[in-house]
Amino acid sequence: MINLAGKTVLLADDDPDYLFQIKFLLEKNGYHVITADSQREAEKILEKIKPDLAILDLMMENEDSGFILSYKIKKMYPDVPVIIATAVTAETGISFEAAGESDMRWIKADLFLPKGLRPDQFLREVASILKK
Amino acid sequence: MARLKILVVDDEPFIRSGIIRILQNFRVDYPFMDEPFEFDLLEASTGEEGIEVINNQLPDIVLLDNKLPGIQGVEVLSYIKSQKLDVVVVMITSYASLDLAVRATNDGAHDFIPKPFTPQELKSAIEAITKQVFLRRMTRELKVTGKQIRFQFLSVLSHELKAPLNAIEGYLRMMQEKQLGDKIDDYAQVIDRSLQRIKGMRSLILDLLDMTRIESGQKEKKIERLNLREIAQNALDTAKPMAIQRDISLHLLSPTEVWIDADATEMEIVFNNLISNAVKYNKDGGKVECKIISEDDVVKIEVRDTGIGMTQEEAARLFQEFVRIKNEKTKAITGTGLGLSIVKKIVTTYMGTISVESQPDEGSTFKISIPLKKLTH
Repeated sequence: MINLAGKTVLLADDDPDYLFQIKFLLEKNGYHVITADSQREAEKILEKIKPDLAILDLMMENEDSGFILSYKIKKMYPDVPVIIATAVTAETGISFEAAGESDMRWIKADLFLPKGLRPDQFLREVASILKK
Repeated sequence: MARLKILVVDDEPFIRSGIIRILQNFRVDYPFMDEPFEFDLLEASTGEEGIEVINNQLPDIVLLDNKLPGIQGVEVLSYIKSQKLDVVVVMITSYASLDLAVRATNDGAHDFIPKPFTPQELKSAIEAITKQVFLRRMTRELKVTGKQIRFQFLSVLSHELKAPLNAIEGYLRMMQEKQLGDKIDDYAQVIDRSLQRIKGMRSLILDLLDMTRIESGQKEKKIERLNLREIAQNALDTAKPMAIQRDISLHLLSPTEVWIDADATEMEIVFNNLISNAVKYNKDGGKVECKIISEDDVVKIEVRDTGIGMTQEEAARLFQEFVRIKNEKTKAITGTGLGLSIVKKIVTTYMGTISVESQPDEGSTFKISIPLKKLTH
């Protein structure tokens, strides 16, 4: 069993309530959380800190901010896993398509998670990606 | 049975036959698809041969080795790109470095599969690509039939409606589990935020109703003779409490009364949106000027603010649905992203035009002009 406590999570989202709730949940479970409320702020933090995991919103200043950040993280720190959390349902597909059409760079996030997961499901996903 | 053609370009025969063996009985199923996809496999041992097959057979997916005896994989890739072919390219490479993959994906490759790969890895990659191909074609089809815009609208709308629901649900859960303490006072901020999100959602629904009403054209315009100065004054009065809090002065510049034949509710929506925006996106101590003039056969309305302004690039996107300019300066300002697109829709129904001039940090001016003529509605 790997000890997950003390792992640093970068959480980027422009919804202040989502940031507050997820930060609270992760901290209660022993993680260290750094928050960014925009793609730009996340980029600034990444210059100074290498997190153990990044959880990114898809649409921030840009409709594909999450993809852009994911690309940058993988370039800077290839071993840092990336979760993209979004309320855009994957089933519609269209919004992802719209985000990707402008640039066909295919961004490799490790996991897509829908927002609004139950806390226990969310924590399980986070733990399992950190154990990989 | 839907079928996709996959071309394998690799100089090593056993890799080609391996891939073909793995994929020839593989099927991809997807809830959105009526029927599963199956694959027809084609092969080529050099890049040159690959290009020939691409031209003759038009494969849907190309699995492309980079290291080839003649021309390299990336050259095949740039050929496909230059011909603008509807082909998804996946690089197979033993140099599984992120660097090459990134370069190839920048050049238009859709994905890469590092060599050696397991059958399962290959299948997962093909499955993902098949879904992508399917969605892309469906999108194109929808675009052709004009359904795409509506679909995209609904998809963004569901996103905008789900975000506040998630936030409120999260807070209620925190309360249910007493995560912040036993006293109701411990939850003051949580309750306040929930109410804020509900308020935001309500404005969104109201804006949607406005928009639907305008778009459907089902409700007939109630055309009457309106004094625009009076409507502007009402809108300024509505915005006043918000303006006073931030020491923003409001001015109505209208030398004479300006009359127009129009629907009162619609003109109110136009003025309320522009003036409340001018306050919302202003700086503390700033100024809002609303100017209405009638010249020749045109009514001109200008709403000028001394606020945060925006770049040309941002201004170009401004009248689209759900577009909100997101940056450091706007992040604390709430809005539905529908106001200006509603204003534009209304103005258009009067054969009018709307435009914006803006300088970052100096302010914006919204200009509407509506031709003055009796509407036969």
